[in-house]
Amino acid sequence: MVEQFTFYFFAALAVISAVLVITVRNAVYSAVFLITTLLATAGIFLQLRAEFLFVVQIILYVGGIMVLFVFVVMLVDLDIALRQVQFNRQKWVALLVVLAVAGQLVFALALGSEALGLPAAAPESLEPNTESLGLRLFESYMLPFEIASILLLVAMIGAVLLGKRQKPPRSEP
Amino acid sequence: MDAVVEFLKPHWMPLLWAVVIVAVLPLVAGYIVLLERKVMADIQARLGPMRVGPHGLLQPIADALKLLLKEDIIPANADKWIFWIAPLISVTAAMLALSAMPFGPVFQIADLNVGLLFIVAVSSLGIFGIVLGGWSSNSHYALLGALRSAAQVVSYEVAVGMALVSGLLLAGTLSMRKIVEAQAEQGIWFVFLVPVGFFIYLVAGIAELNRAPFDLPEAESELVAGYMTEYSGFRWALYFLGEYTAMVVVSGIGTTLFLGGWLRPFPNVAAFDFLDYLPAVLFLALTGYCFYRAPKQPVPIQKAVMGLFGLLCLGLAAALGWSVTLPAEAMARAGILGAFWFLAKVFLFLYSFMWFRFTFPRYRFDQLMRLGWHFLIPVSLVNVMGVGAALVLQRQAGWPLWQGLVLGTVVTLAVAAWLILARQRRPVAAPSAGGEV
Amino acid sequence: MAETPTRHVHFPGMDTTVLGADEIIINMGPQHPSTHGVLRVKLHLDGEKVIGSECIIGYLHRGVEKIAEHRSYQQFAPYVDRMDYVAAVSNGLGYCEAVEKLLEVEVPPRAKVVRTILTELQRIASHLLWLGTHALDIGALTPIFYCFREREEILKIFEKYCGARLTTHAFRIGGLQYEVYDGFEQDVKRFLADFDRKIDEYEALLTTNRIWVERTKGIGVLSAQDAIALGVTGPVLRASGVKWDIRKAFPYAAYDRYDFEIPVGSNGDTYDRYLVRMEEMRQSRRICLQAIEDIPAGPILGKVGKVMKPAPGEVYHSIEAPKGELGYYIVSDGTTQPYRVRIRPPSFINLQAFDTMVRGHLVADVVAIIGTIDIVLGEVDR
Repeated sequence: MVEQFTFYFFAALAVISAVLVITVRNAVYSAVFLITTLLATAGIFLQLRAEFLFVVQIILYVGGIMVLFVFVVMLVDLDIALRQVQFNRQKWVALLVVLAVAGQLVFALALGSEALGLPAAAPESLEPNTESLGLRLFESYMLPFEIASILLLVAMIGAVLLGKRQKPPRSEP
Repeated sequence: MDAVVEFLKPHWMPLLWAVVIVAVLPLVAGYIVLLERKVMADIQARLGPMRVGPHGLLQPIADALKLLLKEDIIPANADKWIFWIAPLISVTAAMLALSAMPFGPVFQIADLNVGLLFIVAVSSLGIFGIVLGGWSSNSHYALLGALRSAAQVVSYEVAVGMALVSGLLLAGTLSMRKIVEAQAEQGIWFVFLVPVGFFIYLVAGIAELNRAPFDLPEAESELVAGYMTEYSGFRWALYFLGEYTAMVVVSGIGTTLFLGGWLRPFPNVAAFDFLDYLPAVLFLALTGYCFYRAPKQPVPIQKAVMGLFGLLCLGLAAALGWSVTLPAEAMARAGILGAFWFLAKVFLFLYSFMWFRFTFPRYRFDQLMRLGWHFLIPVSLVNVMGVGAALVLQRQAGWPLWQGLVLGTVVTLAVAAWLILARQRRPVAAPSAGGEV
Repeated sequence: MAETPTRHVHFPGMDTTVLGADEIIINMGPQHPSTHGVLRVKLHLDGEKVIGSECIIGYLHRGVEKIAEHRSYQQFAPYVDRMDYVAAVSNGLGYCEAVEKLLEVEVPPRAKVVRTILTELQRIASHLLWLGTHALDIGALTPIFYCFREREEILKIFEKYCGARLTTHAFRIGGLQYEVYDGFEQDVKRFLADFDRKIDEYEALLTTNRIWVERTKGIGVLSAQDAIALGVTGPVLRASGVKWDIRKAFPYAAYDRYDFEIPVGSNGDTYDRYLVRMEEMRQSRRICLQAIEDIPAGPILGKVGKVMKPAPGEVYHSIEAPKGELGYYIVSDGTTQPYRVRIRPPSFINLQAFDTMVRGHLVADVVAIIGTIDIVLGEVDR
């Protein structure tokens, strides 16, 4: 019973925050609601006994990526952003498409939950997430892991290069 | 209603600890502020607060009352909601981190099996308190200061993480309780095995907390006044509460991972069992001192307060003494003594933080970032590799662990020395063109 | 810079003008904890780097030189204390010696020696205040308390001698008014006995500290040619490598009787200026120790009448004040009031070097550089 309550709490928080992210006018408020969305998602991870994902979601997504977002948003001139049009004229078509996709998802889930045939995993039988994740990463998925780290290295070098100031030659005043 | 009570009953102990922490922490943070002022005064050859209560012991209470009664000022065009929520984020993040902190073998709210990572994750949420606070103040200086503070925190988080990893490799687990138990099993505090990791953690931890010598974004003598400028009264008190709670969190992590947590020195050596009596003796001495000074206070109310503090110390001494009389496996004994040792080590950390603050000048911001990125991160990386190599040597080649670790430490120190000397050999130039913020 | 268009960017709460791509002008002061008085500094910044600066002074101008034209020579003496209020005794020494030169009055040896002792003690006190505030600006929160502890001893000596701690008016034209008090020698000797260890204490905190060295080495470099060209004097000049000290070049008071060294730096950066001033404190102590050993007996006031009417003429006399060369140019027209008193304030002229020293540095260094020149706005503005 408690599990259900916590799940609905996090799920509601995630959905409401997500809707607020795109409807609120103030860009900083959007960023804050995105943070709450991500935290709610992390809560759902915790519920699914994926504690490593829960922690990493907070460290990386909230503590890293959202900090970056917030930095950028804060340097934006909000007055201009506030006066911009929130939704363009295609919003009704977009809503229709969203409802259609959502309807398909619900239909597929309703039909398929028996068809998928997965037994519910008893929480006690799940191993601690961290160790098994670490072992898998370094045993079965070593190559993708290394490729991902090289990708990150390239991104870092690229960011440093792009961030360096290019001073155009200027005559002395 | 009954269902709620039924649900809560098996969890009464964590709830109790949670209530204790939330209730006691503001008071404790206030007294840490008093401690800082007294330590500052001692280092600066003066006395510090002496008037409010005997030896200034009631100063935190007076300060808290004053801050609560102050006018609540919000800058004119500030964003009200974010202005309101920013200090709350700081405080909440720091307090939440305490939920996995093992104050003793008994006194811990939740022993998560990713406890260490959880604490690091949650305390990193405190950055938002800084950034949102600076932005919502609607002041250019506050925003710049906030961005700088946040950049500093984010940079040093990497070094903190690496330093923690080097200790984790020795513990083999992320659970805070099991880390301390690993130190008990191995019979040695990890600080003696990875001193470089401890040192990096200490320095990076101070930078994380935005404390001197890394407090440029907060310093008054600089052009940018810092993210707390527009906050006054109780909101400012909340920021400070958050900062001092974060100090306790950083000290707690350091104590758990490097200083043996709640273990007394030489936990497994029977010859040092007399150390179990040390806490009670210490508090008895404090009690004696309080009662000795009480009649010498100038004013009756101060005599009374001093006497009360004496009684408090007596009570603590009694509790500590009684716990030693219990059999060694009793939960109460382990809990009370363990809590004492843990808090004593945290106190040691706090005292060192304060000592550093009043001894060293301040780093300039670009020097600070350079120290973090060009020195601490490479050294901590080499350190992690060194510890890993030592463990591999132990498991594959049968070397005793300490030999591998000594080798690793020597290599790390050599790399660190090279980094320092390589920088010095370059001619001392004015700061680079392009001055990134 | 005049061709690039000026865009006014609105940062709420701040008054900035954007010129060109990234340049902004930031205003520091006149109320600022680190400008050591009411100094306004306008900084042209390119990002974080200072590319130009402008010092706007005059907030403390009191018209001292004009007042001098309407006071008799003795009446003007207390006014000079208020210029460099941190080192009042030196100001008094310079003025009294200048007027004595004008009047052609001989100061008795006893007065000269006591003047030397008090002036050197004042130099120590001034440098102590400089060290405390400079360290505080750079972030070291402790040295200022230690320095003020020692400065307190010196001010107590002054108070016992002439009744005032800060604006002492210790000397009179022709010598001294007050005889040294009983216990003067013991007090001074006791202070000097401990002082060497105290300087070691300050040096232990700062001189080899990595953070201090990184904040001061290479910051605010002033080459010897620039220093001479700008007319800089005092420790700033000596730290740039020029061995020039008026106490050795044109000895005054009793300086020719004593044995002391002039510390000279090599790089002309903030660190060298720090080292030079620390060594100067030690040398001042050396002078005092020699002087206090034997103070000649005799009168303390030379032959001056109550009414001072020097013959028409002019004199320029300068001394080595703690901040630099403090000069007095006095023109007399034969009456009891000077026709013109022009004061050469070392801080005012040293401040001109600020622009040269600060270019290319970051904003955080501005405060360190203002501190290292050691200015007192009372002297800059008069």
